[in-house]
Amino acid sequence: MKAHLSRRYLFSASHRLHSDKMSEAENESTYGKCNNPYGHGHNYTLQVTLSGQVNTQTGMIFNLVDLDNFIEREVLNRYDKENLNTLPEFEEAVPTTENLCLHIYEIVQRGFSPAHLERVRLEETMMNSFEYAGVGKLHQEMSS
Amino acid sequence: MLYLTRKAEFSASHYYHNPAFSAEENQRIFGKCNNPNGHGHNYTLEVTVKGEVDPRSGFVIDLKQLKEIMHREVLDAMDHRFLNKEVPEFLHQIPTTENIAIAIWQRLEKKLQKAQLHRIRVYETPDLFVDFYGEEK
Repeated sequence: MKAHLSRRYLFSASHRLHSDKMSEAENESTYGKCNNPYGHGHNYTLQVTLSGQVNTQTGMIFNLVDLDNFIEREVLNRYDKENLNTLPEFEEAVPTTENLCLHIYEIVQRGFSPAHLERVRLEETMMNSFEYAGVGKLHQEMSS
Repeated sequence: MLYLTRKAEFSASHYYHNPAFSAEENQRIFGKCNNPNGHGHNYTLEVTVKGEVDPRSGFVIDLKQLKEIMHREVLDAMDHRFLNKEVPEFLHQIPTTENIAIAIWQRLEKKLQKAQLHRIRVYETPDLFVDFYGEEK
């Protein structure tokens, strides 16, 4: 039987929202406080949802320890206590939570094979969250 | 179509062990969860049902009835229990969060009349939860 499993992780990072393609005035009007040149930080909550058949021998879709190790190694080690603007993926792209959410989706999609990635949810604060479920999928799921 | 979700909490203990595996295999696969004395969690259950709004009552489902069904079918059986030893589904099946969600679905599905069961979500901890949407048709 197929089930979905979701796991939540915490990490903290700083960023500055600024685009070299925009003028100073445009950056200021687009990003407001987030354009502060010194940057600012968030406690991010990452929620990863994977699906698959429940193995009848183990009662599990996959071993959670494998997911925890993977996320620790590939995501948390990369982003926790970092300034996102200094990372290669944000050399050109603005480190918005949208873009970070897409990057984390790619990392999990490419690197974690034991189950099917359904979606990645990234909460920037308790008030803001972003979800990515692959091209076109989230809209379909929510409207069905 | 409207979706309605009701939450409940229960506390129970469990451990993970498959008698078909060797002691080493059980330890390797299940780690700390293999401790035969069990350990406990405060589970949060979310039951989501879907249906059309009844024009007379304005309800998708009578919440009081849903609450009673959840109490009778799930909480009375699982709250403050050792799942492996006291809940029939888990005498021969490991009470993982996946299997708990499936068992709760099976218990509730046959008891609901007007509204249709949409999703069972079981939180083992605030950081870990499983969703079950029924068997794939």
